[in-house]
Amino acid sequence: MLHVDDLAVSRGGLTVLEGLCFGLVAADLLILRGPNGVGKTTLLRTLAGLQPALAGRVSVDQEQITYSGHADGLKATLTVAENLQFWAAVHGQTVIDPAIAAMNLTALQTRRAADLSAGQKRRLGLARLSVTGRKIWLMDEPTVSLDAASVGLFGAMLRAHLAQGGAAVVATHIDLGLPEARVLDLSQFKAKSKRQGAFDEAFA
Amino acid sequence: MRALLQRDLRLALRAGGGFGLGLAFFLMVAVLVPLGVGPEGALLTRIAPGILWLGALLACLLSLDRMFALDFEDGALDLMAVSPLPLEGVVAMKALAHWLVTGLPLALLAPVLGLLLSLAPQGYVWLVTALLVGTPALSLIGGFGAALTVGLKRGGLILSLIVLPMYVPTLIFGAEAVRRGAEGADALVPLMLLAAISLGSAAILPFAAAAALRANLK
Repeated sequence: MLHVDDLAVSRGGLTVLEGLCFGLVAADLLILRGPNGVGKTTLLRTLAGLQPALAGRVSVDQEQITYSGHADGLKATLTVAENLQFWAAVHGQTVIDPAIAAMNLTALQTRRAADLSAGQKRRLGLARLSVTGRKIWLMDEPTVSLDAASVGLFGAMLRAHLAQGGAAVVATHIDLGLPEARVLDLSQFKAKSKRQGAFDEAFA
Repeated sequence: MRALLQRDLRLALRAGGGFGLGLAFFLMVAVLVPLGVGPEGALLTRIAPGILWLGALLACLLSLDRMFALDFEDGALDLMAVSPLPLEGVVAMKALAHWLVTGLPLALLAPVLGLLLSLAPQGYVWLVTALLVGTPALSLIGGFGAALTVGLKRGGLILSLIVLPMYVPTLIFGAEAVRRGAEGADALVPLMLLAAISLGSAAILPFAAAAALRANLK
C-alpha cells in the first residue's frame, strides 16, 4: 500500500533523516520511535504529501491517506457531532455514529468542542480518522493527553481498522499494547552532519 | 465543498465568528464622515460614492486575516490539504463564504448609509449593483493575500500592504460607476470593467492562492 525507497526528509532546510526504506501492506501497523527532534513528524508530513521529499521516493495512493497531527483541526464553536459530520462530508462519507461510539463520545455529542477537556478533544480528533473511510492512517503522537482507558479505546479502534484491511504508521513514545506492531527506530537513519563536507567544498 | 461552505457560514454566524464586524465598521465610516466634513449637503453628495466604496473596501479588509489563519492554527488546513478537497476549491469556497458574510451584507446595507451621506437619488441602484458586482473581487483578492501570509504571526499588517494595491482598480471602477450613476451619466462601462475584475479574479486567484497555501504548509 505504501512503499518508501531511499527517502531523505528535511526540516527547516536541514536534512534530518536519510536512507529510509520500508513498506506497508494491508493490516500492517508500523510504529515510529526515536528521540525528540529525530524527524518523526517530518517523516509523517512527507508521507502525507504535505511537504516534498528531499531525495528518494514515496509510492502511495494519496487518495488512501489520512493524517492526524499535533493539532486536531477542531472548531471550538461547533459541537462534537458537527465537527465529525464536517470531516465525514469532506471525505464523501455520511455515517459518524460508529466512530463516536468507538471513542466513547456518545454522551458528549451535542457538547461544543470548546467545552471538552484536552483528552476528550484528542478522542474526537482520533474519531475523525475513522469517518474519513481512508485505508492508511498516519498518526503523530496520537496518545498525547489520553488516559489509560482511552489509550485502550484507541488501541481497539486501531485494531478494528487493521482487521478491515487498513494500515497505519504511528509515531509514539508509549506502548500501545498492540503486539502485532512492527517497530522502526528512526535514530539509525539520522542524517550524518554535512558540515565537514561543506567546509572542504568551501576551501577546495 | 458544500460541507466546507456550510461550516464556514456556521462558524461565522456563531458567537465570536466575526460576522457584523465589517458591517459595524462600514456603519461607523458612514456615520462619522458627515460629522467630520460638516453638514454641507452638496459636498457630501459629491464625495458619497467614494466614501461608501472606501468604507466597504476597508470593512472587507478587516476580516481577511481570519480567512485561513484560524484553520492554519488549529491544524484543519493540514487535514484539508490531505483530504479529497482540492485546495483551489477550498480557497474558492472560503472566498465565497467571506463574501456571503461580508460583501453581500455590505451591499444590502449600503443604501441606508447612502442616505446618511445624502447620495443623489438616482445613485442608489448603481451603488447596490456596483457593490454586488465588485465585492466578490475584494473577497477573492483578499483570499489570495490571506493565503500568502497564512504562516505569519500577526500577518494582518503585511496582508493589508499586499492587498491594498490590488484593491485599487476595484475601488476606482466601483466608485466611478456609482459617481456616474448618481450624476445620471452612463455608468455601464465602469460597471463592466468592475465585473471583469471580479470574473478574472474568480478565474485566476483560487489557483494562485492554492499554490501559496501549498508553499506555506511545507
